[in-house]
Amino acid sequence: MNWLDKLTPPGVKKIFSKRDTPENLWVKDPKSGEMVFHKDLENSLHVTPSGHHMRIGPVSRFAYTFDHGRFEEIEIPAVPKDPLRFRDDKKYTDRIKDARNKTGREDAIGIAVGKIGGIKSVAVVQDFSFMGGSMGMAVGEAFIKAAEEAVEREAPLICFAAAGGARMQEGALSLMQMPRTTLAIQMLKEAGLPYVVVLTDPTTGGVTASYAMLGDVHFAEPGALIGFAGPRVIEQTIREKLPEGFQRAEYLHEKGMVDAVVDRRELAEKLADVLSVLMKTKPPSRRKRLPAPEPVNS
Amino acid sequence: MSDPTRTYLDFERPIAELEAKIEELESAAGSNGDGDDGVDVADEIKRLREKAADQLRKTYANLTPWQKTQVARHPDRPHFHDFRSNLIEAFTELSGDRSFGEDPAILGGTGWMTKRPVLVIGHEKGRDTQTRLHHNFGMARPEGYRKAVRLMDLAEKFQIPVVSFVDTAGAYPGLGAEERGQAEAIARSTERCLTLGVPMVTVITGEGGSGGAIALAAANTVLMMEHSIYSVISPEGCASILWRDQAKAKDAAEAMKITANDLQDLHVIDDIIQEPMGGAHRAPSEIIQSVGKAIDRALASLENRSADELREQRRERFLRIGRELS
Repeated sequence: MNWLDKLTPPGVKKIFSKRDTPENLWVKDPKSGEMVFHKDLENSLHVTPSGHHMRIGPVSRFAYTFDHGRFEEIEIPAVPKDPLRFRDDKKYTDRIKDARNKTGREDAIGIAVGKIGGIKSVAVVQDFSFMGGSMGMAVGEAFIKAAEEAVEREAPLICFAAAGGARMQEGALSLMQMPRTTLAIQMLKEAGLPYVVVLTDPTTGGVTASYAMLGDVHFAEPGALIGFAGPRVIEQTIREKLPEGFQRAEYLHEKGMVDAVVDRRELAEKLADVLSVLMKTKPPSRRKRLPAPEPVNS
Repeated sequence: MSDPTRTYLDFERPIAELEAKIEELESAAGSNGDGDDGVDVADEIKRLREKAADQLRKTYANLTPWQKTQVARHPDRPHFHDFRSNLIEAFTELSGDRSFGEDPAILGGTGWMTKRPVLVIGHEKGRDTQTRLHHNFGMARPEGYRKAVRLMDLAEKFQIPVVSFVDTAGAYPGLGAEERGQAEAIARSTERCLTLGVPMVTVITGEGGSGGAIALAAANTVLMMEHSIYSVISPEGCASILWRDQAKAKDAAEAMKITANDLQDLHVIDDIIQEPMGGAHRAPSEIIQSVGKAIDRALASLENRSADELREQRRERFLRIGRELS
């Protein structure tokens, strides 16, 4: 931590931080091994020339999803701090502190409002870089808050799921977020509002087994790992190597668990299309497409 | 009378030794019952019995979370089959999810419970090698949860309260289970509990393991047997992820607050059902009766509520969790 971090409140830090974007100018494409210039990567919404969808945080996600990249973030509700006084080799409170410094976020989730294809919408985005996006009380409360905001604004809720699962450091209180978030979805249902899930890499555990699988519509990003049990646990259980592509977005599509696998660069448009129908507004006027990524010199 | 087939847990060794001693003396006294030392032997047996009882009481009054985990998994602990056959009359087992198959890790059906029609659902772990394999050690696949949803639909349709018994290490982490949508099946089952327009009472009887448990436990009233555990991940799983060492399960059990007392303090559960001295496995019929009475009380207190009131109570119950902690 430097002196600036110590002095500035988290909100101010967020302005200074550029943590949603890679710190290096050149980023290695995990799929092809190719080096990609960061500006090109940003222009292609962090999809590499080989089609690999890099993990992105809430700010980028909001910018890519809402019309003209315009949105307003909503503060996530405060939750009790470390009620179990949990520690493994490190105190839970210290892990939280580190994650906050690293991401500039209060917890593994962000909420924002804006328009998608002209339709006022609420989006909730999990941040995998904050303790693996894990679902604890903060994520649960934020999800409920997002649903309440959507109901209040008569807007659809879009959830971008990404999580290793529940936050073990909160014990059964994190487990309780499964029914709690399910209740939030019931609120949307009662209000007749759409709830759309976008499954991103990776979405596993209690998150998949609750709000990530209860959408009216499920989209998934290409190549995203999506499942209940993690692949390592399954391999240990069945003592077999898992088949190629197992638990990937395309596999889930084939097995009937997601409606479509959608390239990130087409996602906003896809959301606008389906929301326009579910919200019975007129067909969306096509917003200006983002420029196609320029070919990278090899 | 001590049972030679009884399974002792590692921390019960002093009790096991005393009980073995008692048994030895008893059989010796039985073979040469006459003679002067008969009285001494009887005294000695009585003294040892008291000592064993005292030891048992002391041990069970101070079980650590890890010891409770072991008790919760005790092979002789009453399982769904025992509760069902002793508490439910005119039971009709209902099987299958009507779309893929039958999963014997979750059982269910209709029956009568002290003059009340009920629909019961629960995990079954099995008692011996053959039945354990049959029930997949109580680890359900998607079909189990989809069957649960189907049975809850039935309960709603005919306005019958739902009683669930939770005892699972977790949902089965297998290839086929994933292929057929394990996560979605669990999510739908939890959702169905929460939308029920009839009363639902859950008893956690052994292990309440993660999503596989909550799928049958999003009820109006959640009860827990004294030495059962309820957690987001098994102590072993938590230890291997956070400590990178399964052997730290003891520490993980401690840290995660998985005991009935801890969970009552956190308002995750509503009430604790006391177990007989030395745990449910020492006096199964006693605990089964206590569980029956506790369910009866819980159902009685939920009677005469409208469907909306029941849903509202459930919603408030779960939304409140965590909000009044500091």
